[in-house]
This record gives sequence, C-alpha cells and structure tokens, in this order.
Amino acid sequence: MQTFFQQVINGLSLGSIYALLALGYTMVYGIIKLINFAHGDIYMIGAFWGYYVINQYHVDFGVALVSAMAVSAILGMVIEYLAYRPLRHSPRITALITAIGVSYFLENGMSFLFGANTWNFPQVIGQARYTFFGVTITNIQLLIVAVALVLMVGLQLIVQHTRMGTAMRAVAVDQEAAELVGIDPNHIISFTFGLGSALAGAAGVLIGLYYNSIDPLMGMVPGIKAFVAAVVGGIGSIPGAAIGGFLIGLLETFVQAIGLSAYKDAAVYIVLIIILIVLPAGLLGKNVKEKV
Amino acid sequence: MQAKWKAALIWLVLAVAGFYLINELIVVGVINAFIENMLVTIGINIILATGLNLIIGFSGQFSLGHAGFMAIGAYATAIITQQMSNTLGFYLSLGVGMVIAMLVAVVIGIPTLRLRGDYLAIATMGAAEIIRVVINNLKITNGAAGMYNIPALANWPTVYVFVCLTTLMIVNFARSRAGRAIQAIREDEIAAEAVGINPTKWKLAAFVMGAATAAIGGSLHAVYIQTIAPSDFGIMQSISLLIIVVLGGVGSITGTFVGRNRARGAGHGVAAIWRAADGDLRLSPDFDYGVQA
Repeated sequence: MQTFFQQVINGLSLGSIYALLALGYTMVYGIIKLINFAHGDIYMIGAFWGYYVINQYHVDFGVALVSAMAVSAILGMVIEYLAYRPLRHSPRITALITAIGVSYFLENGMSFLFGANTWNFPQVIGQARYTFFGVTITNIQLLIVAVALVLMVGLQLIVQHTRMGTAMRAVAVDQEAAELVGIDPNHIISFTFGLGSALAGAAGVLIGLYYNSIDPLMGMVPGIKAFVAAVVGGIGSIPGAAIGGFLIGLLETFVQAIGLSAYKDAAVYIVLIIILIVLPAGLLGKNVKEKV
Repeated sequence: MQAKWKAALIWLVLAVAGFYLINELIVVGVINAFIENMLVTIGINIILATGLNLIIGFSGQFSLGHAGFMAIGAYATAIITQQMSNTLGFYLSLGVGMVIAMLVAVVIGIPTLRLRGDYLAIATMGAAEIIRVVINNLKITNGAAGMYNIPALANWPTVYVFVCLTTLMIVNFARSRAGRAIQAIREDEIAAEAVGINPTKWKLAAFVMGAATAAIGGSLHAVYIQTIAPSDFGIMQSISLLIIVVLGGVGSITGTFVGRNRARGAGHGVAAIWRAADGDLRLSPDFDYGVQA
C-alpha cells in the first residue's frame, strides 16, 4: 500500500508536467487544428532559460519561473507569427511539416549553441523530504503539483471568464463567424500560442528542478507524450488535457514500478490506441457527427 | 489493349536502358563509389516513399508509422541472414519480412483505420513506436545495441530491380479497380460507401500494401548498410519519409522519385562539402537520414 501511494505521488508530479504541456497542445489544436510539434521544444527553451537566469543572475525560483514563462510566451508568439501565420490557408500537412521543421530548428539550434550534452540544473530550492505514514514527498514534488494546479486554474479562469478567453472559444468554434462579430483571429491565435507556450516554459523550469538535468533534445519525447495526453483527454478540452496528463504520468510511473520500465513508452501508446478505438473523441471530447 | 502493351514495353525498355546506362557509367568511372552509394540510398528511399505515398497520397490515410514496418523487414533480414548468409537466405528473409509486416499491418490497421486525419497519424505513430520498443527489448534482435555484420547481399542492381518491381506493383495497384476504390475513398468516404465500396477493406488493402513495400525497403537497407539499430526506425525516420512524399507531391509517383532525389542529393552534397572541409573524403555508408531533415 505504501509503495502504491508512493507511486501515486511520483505519478502525479510527472503527470503535472505532462498536463501543463498537454494544455498548450490542446489549445493550439482546438483553435487552428495544428499539431504543434515545436511545443516540446518550447518547454526545453523554458528549462534552458531557467538555467541561464539562475546561474547568471542568481535569481530565486519564482523569478526564474515567471521569466521563463514570459520568454516562452514571446517565443511561441514569434514562432506563430513567422512560421504558421503565412500558412494559415495552406493544406494542413504543410503546416504540420513546418511545425516539425521548427522543432528541428530549435533542437539543433540549441545543440549548436550549447552542445548536445546534459546540463545540471541549479538547485535553487534545498530539497526537503516529508514522510507521512511511510510515504515520502519532497518539497519539489509538492511545488510542482501546486504550481501546475495554480496555473491550470488560472488558465481555466482566463478561458472561461475573460473577454480574451471568450474570443478564443469563439474562434475555436467558427473562425469566420468570430471575424464577423469583430474578433481578429490573428490576434487571438497569437494569444493562444502565448498562453500555451507560457505553460510549457513553466513545465520546463519545473522538470529541470525535478530531474536536475536538461539537454537540447529533452523536449522530443515528453512533447509527443503530452500530445498523446491531450488526445486521450479529448483534444480541444482544457480539463481533458489536464486529466490526460495526470493519467499518462500515473500510467508511466506504475508501469515502471511493476518492473517494465523498458516498456513504459509502449504502454503509453497502447493506452492511446485503446482510448482512440473505444472513445474516438477522447475522454472529455465532444463526438462530432459527420453530416452528409 | 494495344496501347497498354505498348506503354508496358516502353517502360520495360526504359528500365533496361537505365540499368545499362548506370552500368556503363560505373564501368567508365563517371559514377564512383560515393555516387553509387548515393544512388542505392536513393533507390531504397524510393521504395519506402512510394509505399507511403500509396497510403498517404492515394488512399488519403495519414500514416506516421512507416518506419515500424521498415524495421520489421530490416530485422527479419538481419536475423535470417545470420543463419543463412547467402542470396537464398536474403530472398527468404525478404519474403518473411513482407509477410510479418503485412500481418502486423492488418492487426494495426483494422482498429486504427477507423480513425481519421491527425488521430490516425498519432495512432500509427504509436503503433510504430510499440514495434520499435518491442524490438528494443527482445533478445533475438540484440536489444538497443542493434545488429551488425549483416552480410552484404545487395548491390545496386538488386536495389534497381526492386525499385522497378515495387514501383510497378504500386502503380498497377493505384490504376486498378482497387486503386480507383481507394482514391474514391480519399475524395469522399461517405459517397464511396454509397456506391458500394467498402472503405475499411480498401483502406486496409492500401495500408497492407504500403507495409509490404516498407518491409522490402527495410530488408534492402539492412543488407546494404549492414548495421541496424532500433533507433534507426524511430519517429524521425517516419517523418523523413513523410517529408519525401510531401516534397515530391502527395499522390504522384514521379514526384516521389524526384523528391527523393532532391532531398537525398542535397543531403549528400552538404555532407560531401562538410567532409571535404574536414579533410576527410572517405565513403561513409553509415551516413544516413539525419541531414536532409
């Protein structure tokens, strides 16, 4: 039982990271139907930015987190402006390949600038362990889950209760109709990329703190898994992405705990395929009926 | 009928002429070992990409799992030629690889081909990753270290013949009743269903056919490169093949040929310059997919 709860704790911390990433995927996909493959690399840039400001300016964790979010948001908007906006009306496969291209560019650009080796993320917060009934929680795990939850609630508030959020939902439902009532879709899409990328940047700093190591290719696999999480939760749905992220995180930790760590990636994809077959729209997605 | 035979004859003459041209150029020395290596890699990638083009271009199913089937072919060849390191062993392994790939394609295809667009892409990508993870953990495939010292049983004529055969197979498939059915499904699945085409059946047929050609490509890759590892068949390999198909033009066979040549040509060109600058001009068969991406 103790091992079980221990794994739940570990799974929730990892799941928070996936959930933060999945939110960015789900928002972008919901609004322009693009799998933004570069999203995982924005997470990597967020981690590197955290590394840079902490080492260079000796700032504390909060400043690193907020500045990484700001930098990632700007980067996300710049990528959208330069790479995706000119392709708004071209075939979707073109935009998808461009996204892969942006991802390669960021990965290889960072490898070029910083080398492909692993960097030790500075430990700005001294680790403390708390034991409750034999289950150990570190303060970093608590921090990850808390930050992730705060950001998710914040995002939900922005999307549901602000003018910008209302406009985002309007563009996601029908871009042309939104334009007719005076919403500028470019503005909204840019904002969406900014929001999603900010969450990815936060996830990057948190994972740096959790695993202590960052490298230019760190975004690839978590990026794809977070997309899987978004699909599992029902793409386009914000609570769905959060649930999907936690589910994938828990699944991965449990597969590892029962001694099948070599198969943890395969387990994620098997669950993905099963969920897609049983619930093609994901857990919380709306099933759209096709009309003839 | 007459015109059909005439066209077939012209293509046969062209294929044989192409063969002799390359052969002569090698004898004369215009094509050196480096260019020959490039031509063979181009050939293998044509085989892989035409198969993917059948799935993506003709049947309109967005598959991102081509590398998984390629891995099956490559590993079947690597394992069987360990025991039978002669030409017979290679052709046997080619057949075994194709059959396994087709069976796996049926198993993957039946559930996933109900999905559409991006969902299908992600599901096939997941399926290919599952294949890769399994290969990564099996004893017989030598795990993550991969397999090396695979006997060199393919040279450029083998690859050339297979390029011709698979292209012929794919073109014929695309122009047959099956091909018209899958193109109808691509254009409008519901309308196709209304005129009596079973979408699942024909989509699956195209998917299985694509998987078989991927296995051929994988087998040739294994015996030509002589070293394979699970990491060669990751998502990036599937994406490289997707890029070839898109670059050449989705749904066009000639386009796949040209796209392949351009991507590979540019890649080798850059590599050649890089090596020259490095003072190292030796031929490197392990130089592979990374560059064109």
